[in-house]
Amino acid sequence: MLIFEQSKQGRTNPSQAPFSRPELTGIPESLQRKKRPLMAETSEMQTVRHYTRLSKKNFAIDTHFYPLGSCTMKYNPRACNSLSMLPGFLARHPFAPDSMSQGYLSCMYELQEMLKDVTGMKEVSLTPAAGAQGEFAGMAMIRAYHDSRNDDQRTEVLVPDAAHGTNPATAVMCGYKVREIPTDDQGDVDLEALKAVVGPQTAGLMLTNPSTLGVFERQIEAIAGVVHEAGGLLYYDGANLNAILGKVRPGDMGFDVIHMNLHKTFSTPHGGGGPGAGPVGVSERLKPFLPVPMVAFDGDSYSWVTEKDNPQTIGRLSGFMGNAGVLLRAYIYARLLGKEGMVRVSEYSTLNANYMLALSKQKGFDLAFPDRRATHEFIITLKRQAKDLGVNTMDFAKRLLDYGFHAPTTYFPLLVPECLLVEPTETEDKDTLDAFMDVMEKIEQEARDDPEYVKGAPYTQPVRRLDDVRAARELDLIWKSE
Amino acid sequence: MPYIPHTEEEVRQMLDTIGVQSIEDLFDEIPASLRHKKLEGVPTQATEMEVTRLMHERAAKDGTPLCFMGAGAYDHHIPAAVWQITTRGEFYTAYTPYQAEASQGTLQLLYEYQTMMANLNGLDVSNASLYDGASALAEAILMAVRANRKSKSKRILMPSNVHPNYRKTAEAIVSNQGITFEVIEYDQASGCIDPASLPAEPGDFAALIIPQPNFFGGVEDVNVLTDWAHEHKGLVIGVVNPIALAVLSPPGDWGTSGADIACGEGQPLGIPMSSGGPFYGFMCCKQAYVRQMPGRIIGRTVDLEGKPGYTLTLQAREQHIRRSKATSNICTNQGLMITASTIHMALMGAEGLERVALVCHDNTRKLAEKLSAIAGVDMVFNSAYFHEVVIRLSAPLVEVMNALYAQNLLPGFALQDDYPELENCLLVCATEMRTDSDIDTYVERLQSIMENMK
Repeated sequence: MLIFEQSKQGRTNPSQAPFSRPELTGIPESLQRKKRPLMAETSEMQTVRHYTRLSKKNFAIDTHFYPLGSCTMKYNPRACNSLSMLPGFLARHPFAPDSMSQGYLSCMYELQEMLKDVTGMKEVSLTPAAGAQGEFAGMAMIRAYHDSRNDDQRTEVLVPDAAHGTNPATAVMCGYKVREIPTDDQGDVDLEALKAVVGPQTAGLMLTNPSTLGVFERQIEAIAGVVHEAGGLLYYDGANLNAILGKVRPGDMGFDVIHMNLHKTFSTPHGGGGPGAGPVGVSERLKPFLPVPMVAFDGDSYSWVTEKDNPQTIGRLSGFMGNAGVLLRAYIYARLLGKEGMVRVSEYSTLNANYMLALSKQKGFDLAFPDRRATHEFIITLKRQAKDLGVNTMDFAKRLLDYGFHAPTTYFPLLVPECLLVEPTETEDKDTLDAFMDVMEKIEQEARDDPEYVKGAPYTQPVRRLDDVRAARELDLIWKSE
Repeated sequence: MPYIPHTEEEVRQMLDTIGVQSIEDLFDEIPASLRHKKLEGVPTQATEMEVTRLMHERAAKDGTPLCFMGAGAYDHHIPAAVWQITTRGEFYTAYTPYQAEASQGTLQLLYEYQTMMANLNGLDVSNASLYDGASALAEAILMAVRANRKSKSKRILMPSNVHPNYRKTAEAIVSNQGITFEVIEYDQASGCIDPASLPAEPGDFAALIIPQPNFFGGVEDVNVLTDWAHEHKGLVIGVVNPIALAVLSPPGDWGTSGADIACGEGQPLGIPMSSGGPFYGFMCCKQAYVRQMPGRIIGRTVDLEGKPGYTLTLQAREQHIRRSKATSNICTNQGLMITASTIHMALMGAEGLERVALVCHDNTRKLAEKLSAIAGVDMVFNSAYFHEVVIRLSAPLVEVMNALYAQNLLPGFALQDDYPELENCLLVCATEMRTDSDIDTYVERLQSIMENMK
């Protein structure tokens, strides 16, 4: 039941707003609101009960194993939340003067420094609000760099076909044409195809490494060489940084600009789809173009870096400082883990993924890249099951929900048919991984015995399978009273 | 190991299953020449106890000053229930509801949010949020250029009394796509856009942006402005404060046919100021433009037994399907912020929001009257205002502000960096959180500082 359906006209929560009702003064009648908006009219208890009940209709990391590939759904330490919500942090106005912001600014400065070290980049700006905005900032910097050299013939951005959809969408937002590069049968970029299209029109290459195929791009040094030689720049999509934290750094691989997804690698909450945080890091030549604000330290006090200090900046990406409170959570997480913990992140997420990959082989599942090491994730393809049993990846995914597991990422990357991209993360124990693989085996058996039953899944959720076609065709986006 | 559950015995079993000797062997596909030896810029690990102490010290440094600053982030009351429910793990640690059947909680909440937000704005539909108010304006501009069928123009009319950081953000985000801005200067006497100053022959443009209230707190003549833009085949983008909408005419009611797109900063609805984020940007529009709207949108549908349920819809607009042809590169929304905001709106109700708006308005009126009674303090603009006003001091502003900072008071936002003509001018705000005694404190302190400076 919707909150509106529990409303009764005239029911209010008087203690949540001032008792007084002063008049509007000086505002003409024609500019005043005529009719009250539809809101809830429920008591505080009804409201609390309604949203608490709704929360129980969610799978979440705190309640279920959530091996969503490329999303890094690891445990979000509770301290990161409670400590970032201390009154001094919550009450800080974004335009408070530096003299009343040294606590917050010191955390941000230290976070910038830590991210520089773990990525091998020369400077970091924390301000992009999410991965996609970090990507935008990165590509806008590449464009600003070429523009600053009056190099206006570079109109193309190269993107491997395995890339996230945000990559080509971002390149277009920066005014570039996108050219896709194929992947070879081992999951590496097709180097010959790259060499064939790279040239004076190449502004840059966007690459995720480890790639979305769950493997490390082994020819990265050669790729960097080819692109740099042609005068293009290398963009690193940090979606999979969790797999290599402390082991290998994008800066050392030759990347000129990177974004990080702190809601993945630095364990800030996903919050039902955000907020994220997508800081960017750059090599020496892109430093002047970083988005503002950033934080500086003169050995004595911390201060904001703005347009005045960096006149060549690509500018501002949000009203204030991006998702400031998310950055604080990432800082707390980094302090808890320290340099010792950072390396363990990549080690144990990689161990877990390779263990699941080995179990998948044992249980007879087909793997997209059976001869490769898994990174922190790997791909199962259910093409054979779809063909032989008529039970596809979506059916497996929905049936997993019945067994109390959130499904892995389905049908991405687009290159692998009927795929499940599985990312267990480092915070899951062996028993959970075993239980998940046992259930996968069990579902396959069910698919053999009674395919129709699996195709009807889920059975245990608040709703059965939903009609997405109807949702898009008969748009019902807001509730209206009868 | 912190947050890693593996025992030594389990690690050995797992390595045996994989068929390798050590965890290190799992990284053997990374070229040796690239392997990084040691992190040096990251401090050593710490216990939760140690980090708790550190963070308390840092938070205490920034204090909790008496706040008369607005300028896009406002100090409003937030019911205790809002963040207690929002930080339940089921909301806090879920992801984008790709598996709709296992995400009905978040999805239904987002549908309720869309309903409340569309109603507040008086428009047909709402998306499920963007990053913040400034980036929402940038997305609204891109949307208007796509959606305006009567004009192919990429020219945007941007008043100079739109929040300066919103203007900077919009330029940074849209200028790579050939979109240009033409500035409409505000009227020096009113601080508002003077409809009489608009050109009779404005030429082709995609959209006019109308702030309500404007950055100076002034109430714009939105009806005349909206009709003017529509007469000249431009769309209208309203940039609005959601608390103001409890008492001011909503964008859907502006002029003869209403604004086409409304956007703004959602922070005043249940989000703490928290250094400027995370906040969220809201966006609503007329039904005709829904397929041009960026960001996540939730629809109600039925399951295979006919039972109502909620799901992500119109995904054909989005980057994970359309890739380079998407309406935007946006992937996430600000889900957790919407969770808080929806619970906030539900608890406040229309009546509660209205009283908050009225008291903000009245407190700011009291503040303005008392401040401008001080010798050397004057009101700058003569327009009607909502909950912010501009005052001018006859003393050097920076010195006065520093003196007030030293007394743990945020006096307002200094306008002179963004508006050189507003030298020694301060944008002040008194929300419903400020008591009469708070206002008197500000007035007394400012008066005493001004006297000492003579």
